[in-house]
Amino acid sequence: MFAQKQAQAAHADWREFVIEALIRVLGFSTIGFVLLIFLFLLREGVPSFYKVPVSNLFGTRWYPNFDLFGTLPLLLGSVLVTVTAILIALPLGAATAVFVREVAPNWAREILKPMIEVLAGIPSVVLGFFGMHAVAPLIRGTLGIPTGLTVFTGALILAYMALPTIISVAEDALDAVPKSLRDAGLAMGATQWQTIWKVVVPAARSGITTAVMLGMGRAIGETMAVMMVTGNAARMPLSLDSLFRPARTMTATIAAEMGEVAQGSIHYHTLFGIGIILFLLTFLINLAAAATIFKKRRRGGLR
Amino acid sequence: MEKIRVEHLDFYYGNYRALSDVSIAIEEREITALIGPSGCGKSTFLRCLNRMNDTIRGTRVNGKVLLDGQDIYHRNTKVVELRKRVGMVFQRPNPFPQSIFSNVAFGPRVLGLMNRRDLASIVEESLRGAALWDEVKDRLNEDALSLALGQQQRLCIARTIAVKPEVILMDEPCSALDPIATLQIEELMQSLKTKYTIVIVTHNMQQAARVSDFTGFFWMGKLVEADVTDSVFTRPQKKLTEDYITGRAG
Repeated sequence: MFAQKQAQAAHADWREFVIEALIRVLGFSTIGFVLLIFLFLLREGVPSFYKVPVSNLFGTRWYPNFDLFGTLPLLLGSVLVTVTAILIALPLGAATAVFVREVAPNWAREILKPMIEVLAGIPSVVLGFFGMHAVAPLIRGTLGIPTGLTVFTGALILAYMALPTIISVAEDALDAVPKSLRDAGLAMGATQWQTIWKVVVPAARSGITTAVMLGMGRAIGETMAVMMVTGNAARMPLSLDSLFRPARTMTATIAAEMGEVAQGSIHYHTLFGIGIILFLLTFLINLAAAATIFKKRRRGGLR
Repeated sequence: MEKIRVEHLDFYYGNYRALSDVSIAIEEREITALIGPSGCGKSTFLRCLNRMNDTIRGTRVNGKVLLDGQDIYHRNTKVVELRKRVGMVFQRPNPFPQSIFSNVAFGPRVLGLMNRRDLASIVEESLRGAALWDEVKDRLNEDALSLALGQQQRLCIARTIAVKPEVILMDEPCSALDPIATLQIEELMQSLKTKYTIVIVTHNMQQAARVSDFTGFFWMGKLVEADVTDSVFTRPQKKLTEDYITGRAG
C-alpha cells in the first residue's frame, strides 16, 4: 500500500519536472531569439559605423549609388513625420479617451470601445492605399502643391494608426482615477467639465504620457503606410514648407532598398546601421515610457 | 435660526427605498450628528443635502430639502451653486494628487480667481482655519499625498472652507484616522462651528455625544428620533434609541 503510493508520487514528480522544464525552455528560448536577432542586427550593422567615415554617415546626402550614405535626412524625416503625427494624434486621442470614459453614456461606450480596438487591426498597407488614393489627392488639390505625397500626408495616416493605442491606454489611465477624486471635485462646486479637466486629467497625466509614448513607438517603427504616402525623397526637411513636401523615413529606406542591395556591400551594412539607429530610438522612447510608469508607481499615484 | 429643513424625504436606489419620510430641522452654526447602524441610510441622507446622489444613476428623490427656505430639488436650483454653499468632507481623505497649495486653491480657481496674491491669502486663511497652517506652511508646493492621513483630512477641510460654504457635510470624517488625528478633527469642528453649520455622519456614538449639539438617530431608512444631543443620550424618548445607544440593538 505504502510502496504503491510512493510509486505514484514519484510518477507525479517526474511529470511535474518535465512540464516545468518544458515551460522554462519555451520561456528562455523567446529571450534567446530576441538576443539572436539583436546580435544579428549588430553583426550586420556595426561594420557601417567603421567602414563609412562618420562625416559621410551623418552627412546630408543619401545617394548609395555614389557612395553617399548620409543618414541625417532619413533620421530627420522619421522624426518629423513621427512628431507631426503625435501632434495630431495627442489632442484627438486624449479628447476621445475623455469622451469615451467621462462623457459618453454607457451604451455608446460599449459600442465605441470595441470599434476603437478594431481600428488597431486595420493592416497598414490598407491605410497606405487609402492614403495614396484618398488623402494625397485631397491634400494636393486643397493646397495646390505638385504632389500630395508629403510629410503631412504620412503624419495624418500615422496619427490614425497611433490613435487606437493612445485612446485605449489613456482611457485605462482615466479609468484608474478613483471615484473619490471626482466626487471631491464635484462636491467643491466644480462643473463636470471642470472636474474632468482640473482633477481627472491631471491625476491621469502619467498614464496619458505613457499612451503617447507607446503611440509614438508604434508610429516611428511603421513602414508600409509611410513608404506609400510620404513620397520617399531623401531631402533634408529643414525648410519651412518641409511639412508639405516629400520626405523619406528610415523604415521606408530599409524596406525599399533591402531587396536589391548586394549582400555584404557597404550599402547593405549601412541599411542595417539604420536599423540599429531606429532600434536605439524606439528603445529610448520605450525606456521613457517605462520611466513614467515607474515614477507613478513609486509615488503611489493610484491611491 | 434654522438653516436646513427637510420635509418628508423619500429616497430610492432603483426600486430599493433607502429613506422613507425623513423630516428634520438643522440649526445654523450648530453641529448636528447623524447616528445609526451601517446601511441605515444616514450617509444617503447626508448626500441628499448637497445632491451628491445625483451622480449615481437610477436614484430618485421625493419630498423637500429647504436651504434657507429654498427647495434645493427645485428645477431652477443650480447644483453647482448649491455645492458651493454646501461643502462636503468624505470618509477617506481624498486630496487631489497635486501640491498642497493647488488643493486648497482648487475651489477659488474654479470660481475664477486667478490672482496669485489673492489665492495665497485665501490658501493661508483656509489652512489656518483647518488648523494645518503651522504644519505645512514651509512645504506648500509638496505633493498633498506626502502628508499623514490626519493631515490629509484637515487639508480636505481646508479645501472645503476655501470656497466659503455655509454648510459643511462630513461623512464619517474620522473613520480612517487614528485617535490623535480624530481628536484634532473634533477640536477643529468646535472652532468651525462658530462660522459654519456642520452636519456629521458618524458610527461612533461617543463622538456624536462629544461633539454635537443635536442628534438624529436613523434606523432602516427612517429617522427614529431627533433631539438635543444630551436628551438623546440621557433621556431617549424611543425604546429603539435607548437599545441602540446602550448597545442592545444594531
